[in-house]
Amino acid sequence: MELTLWTYEGPPHVGAMRIATAMEGVHYVLHAPQGDTYADLLFTMIERRDRRPPVTYTTFQARDLGGDTAEMVKTSVREAYERFKPQVMLVGESCTAELIQDQPGSLAKGMNLPIPIVSLELPAYSKKENWGASETLYHLVRTLLLPIVPAPNTKRPQRESHIRPKANIIGPTALGFRCRDDIREVIKLLAEIGVDVNVVAPMGATPDDLMRIPDADFNICLYPEIALTTCTWLSRSFGQPTVKTVPIGVGATRDFIAEIGKVADIDVSQALARSQADTLGNWDAARVSSAAEVSASRLPWYSRSVDSTYLTGKRVFIFGDASHALAAARIATEELGFTLVGIGTYSREFAREVREVAKKHGLEAVISDDYLAVEAKVAEAAPELVLGTQMERHIAKRLGIPCAVISAPIHVQDVPARYSPQMGWEGANVIFDSWVHPLMMGLEEHLIGMFREDFEFAEGHMSHLHTAPAQENRHELPRETGISEQAIASTGGSNQAVLIPVAQAVEGVTWSADGEAELKKIPFFVRGKIKRNTEKYASDRGITSITVETLYDAKAAIGK
Amino acid sequence: MALEPCTEVPTKINTDIPVLKERGQREVFCGLTGIVWLHRKMQDAFFLVVGSRTCAHLIQSAAGVMIFAEPRFGTAILGERDLAGLADANEELDRVVDQLLERRPDIGTLFLVGSCPSEVIKLDLAKAAERLNQRFFPKVRILNYSGSGIETTFTQGEDACLGSMVPVLPRSYDEPSLMVVGSLADVVEDQFQRLFDKMGIGPVYFFPPRRAANLPPVGKGTKLLLAQPFLGETVRSLISRGATLLPSPYPFGIEGTTAWLKTAADAWNIDSNLFEEAIAPAAARAKIALERYRQALTGRKAFLFPDSQLEIPLARFLSRECGMELVEVGTPYIDRLLMDSEINLLPVGTALSEGQDVEKQLDRCREARPDITVCGLGLANPLEAEGMATKWSIELVFSPIHGYDQAADLAELFARPLERRRRLTV
Repeated sequence: MELTLWTYEGPPHVGAMRIATAMEGVHYVLHAPQGDTYADLLFTMIERRDRRPPVTYTTFQARDLGGDTAEMVKTSVREAYERFKPQVMLVGESCTAELIQDQPGSLAKGMNLPIPIVSLELPAYSKKENWGASETLYHLVRTLLLPIVPAPNTKRPQRESHIRPKANIIGPTALGFRCRDDIREVIKLLAEIGVDVNVVAPMGATPDDLMRIPDADFNICLYPEIALTTCTWLSRSFGQPTVKTVPIGVGATRDFIAEIGKVADIDVSQALARSQADTLGNWDAARVSSAAEVSASRLPWYSRSVDSTYLTGKRVFIFGDASHALAAARIATEELGFTLVGIGTYSREFAREVREVAKKHGLEAVISDDYLAVEAKVAEAAPELVLGTQMERHIAKRLGIPCAVISAPIHVQDVPARYSPQMGWEGANVIFDSWVHPLMMGLEEHLIGMFREDFEFAEGHMSHLHTAPAQENRHELPRETGISEQAIASTGGSNQAVLIPVAQAVEGVTWSADGEAELKKIPFFVRGKIKRNTEKYASDRGITSITVETLYDAKAAIGK
Repeated sequence: MALEPCTEVPTKINTDIPVLKERGQREVFCGLTGIVWLHRKMQDAFFLVVGSRTCAHLIQSAAGVMIFAEPRFGTAILGERDLAGLADANEELDRVVDQLLERRPDIGTLFLVGSCPSEVIKLDLAKAAERLNQRFFPKVRILNYSGSGIETTFTQGEDACLGSMVPVLPRSYDEPSLMVVGSLADVVEDQFQRLFDKMGIGPVYFFPPRRAANLPPVGKGTKLLLAQPFLGETVRSLISRGATLLPSPYPFGIEGTTAWLKTAADAWNIDSNLFEEAIAPAAARAKIALERYRQALTGRKAFLFPDSQLEIPLARFLSRECGMELVEVGTPYIDRLLMDSEINLLPVGTALSEGQDVEKQLDRCREARPDITVCGLGLANPLEAEGMATKWSIELVFSPIHGYDQAADLAELFARPLERRRRLTV
């Protein structure tokens, strides 16, 4: 058993649903107990879809367990086929059905329906959502394309030079992080360099579209967590090369274009030159007029403009799925000038790449799907900004740190109505705005550092977010824990007990009164780090009580 | 002012109302969902589900849009080692509970909540709770109930949770007291308390309490007045501890609230003049407030999908007080002990259905083209896209809808989707 306050991924059958729901003409029969239909809400509410997911659940109850649950599967398969007439059917089980072992996939295959049946084996107690999606996509594509795989060592016919190259975009699913707009942005990028899109899958594709996948010259693996297994199989079976750069961030988008240039053997120098032109902010009147289309991203200029100077060295902690975490690390350090103080992922399949990036920054990567472990690491690193998932919002709230969401799991607010890709040129614009927004604005930051006793602009107050000041000593509990002071008084407990510091202080070191008073004069968003540094400095030198002098000695020794 | 009698039993009684019983795919929540409101009602409690990643995912999908500095629910996720019997389930559970209580020393009551996987593999959580109590009681009380989908539907999770608290309620001696059973919004509790005070009914206890540590006493003098219609198990176990049920319609709308209060007043032999006097101001206010929405709703057709067992009382309110026509009233489960007083008030010939075959029910709904469809969030947007106005039913569990001063608010919830459609031009 594993104590889980928040899970970064759902069970694997939710991954399968994300594939079925993204597509047209596919139906999924899921052997599951009553209540597992909650998953419909992920699509109808979080993603605001206007139709029910193409999923039929058997919804067995306790009274069915004594009877013939296998018969329920057959009935569901038959009725789903008759009612929805899908071109392909997925059949699988949820975690509870896995325990009663009715073999729904084999049952369905034995019913002689006139359509392909893909039987899904998704071990719910060892695997998770993204794996389930990846596996489902792979089996679906393989089932449909296996009959037309050419003999081994068949050479792919050369594309004639006057024909534009065609690419498949593989990986966007229902409930993916900003997939809807990423696709638009990538299609725009491809058009710019003269590449046509053959099939986008699974998002919006029919089984017939999947049959056309081999017609493309190469595959773009847009979301490796979902698409890499499928792309690898396609490249082995049909000789289609895979473009692996994920175009999130300005640098990554340039690399993506360059990689496509190589794979498709086309000249992309013009597009790259245009994107470089924006970097130095060569804004002439024609370019800044409201009617002008920026040819590439505004991020480089925004990031170079002087009001971004204060972003230099802001300490950032990054966590999410591997692709988004890796992309964020590059943007944060190379494009915004932040300092990476922590990076991690819950995608174990891609742990190696994340570890490499962490090492480059002298860090140890956090490879974990344990929310509590991530929380402890964030507390330890004491960052000034957390870039994470919906779950890191909980952590950041607890620790009082600004936070922006860069990866699934998400909730409704991250499926916005407005165009908000993460990929390509516009994606970088969206990223600049959304990552900088939670930070305190520069002027306010300066003044709070200088004058500490303002009645309105107090500690931790960010007036541009309309938030109330943070509580310095937490004399009262944060309101959202909902426990009134009275309640605490009546249990005789102290309010200190409720908020255990997640990161323990260094042992054997205490703060003198003057030392502590001085510490409080340090702006709150770096205070945690300075406290930790000073304690370490003291304990290394055998100092047991930290005075004002120790604090400044440590500051001089360690630097900001 | 003299009030019109609104509690008279209609001349025709629906004792043998035919009920359509259907089986098939059910589009409902499991009982684990109860945690989403119970964690707010009892702030010193923590809900630990023992189940799979699906269970964890369900709760966070529902509640995770709120950002919690301190979570008040979690899941002990079963792994392959637990299923293969390689790990001793009890040792594992002890380890997880230790970890949790270390992080949250302020927890006063810990609920171990059973799920489909834990029930199918027959994990004995009741025994586990007993064992953990030996270690942690009295600092922390550990209780156990099942919120599994195979056993419970949506609000039955609250029934199971309250049911688990009944055996540990302190024993009261035979002095009469009133226990109001079922989660109510704080503001509604206060209103009812004031009305009971005015009539001289008391002492009044609300169950569940606002803190799990303040358990109400129960004994032979306890009279049970149900605020929610989905508490069959809880009521039966309270009865087995000596309490008496006061059967009544539920306090939705003016009529329901009056009948409900009258039930308590009669049990306390309250003089009818005193009763009238006590309720007059609130009832008169409610009448004025409700009129606005009655005009908007009257003559409109309503179709209710099964969700929470609130459907029958709500249908009664919509038809009798808002003038709506009932196309079909679906409910996941009908408990005659708790529902007869309501069914008797439904218009003769109401189509009642128990259970669900969702595709067939959707066919009936599309065919009827009701003016408003009350359904879960899995169906609401898809039906809206088909041009039907919907009222998502979960909101009825999360909003203050009981009592006089909420009668108009309750009607407004149904009028709002219609009003919205009237306003929007794009």
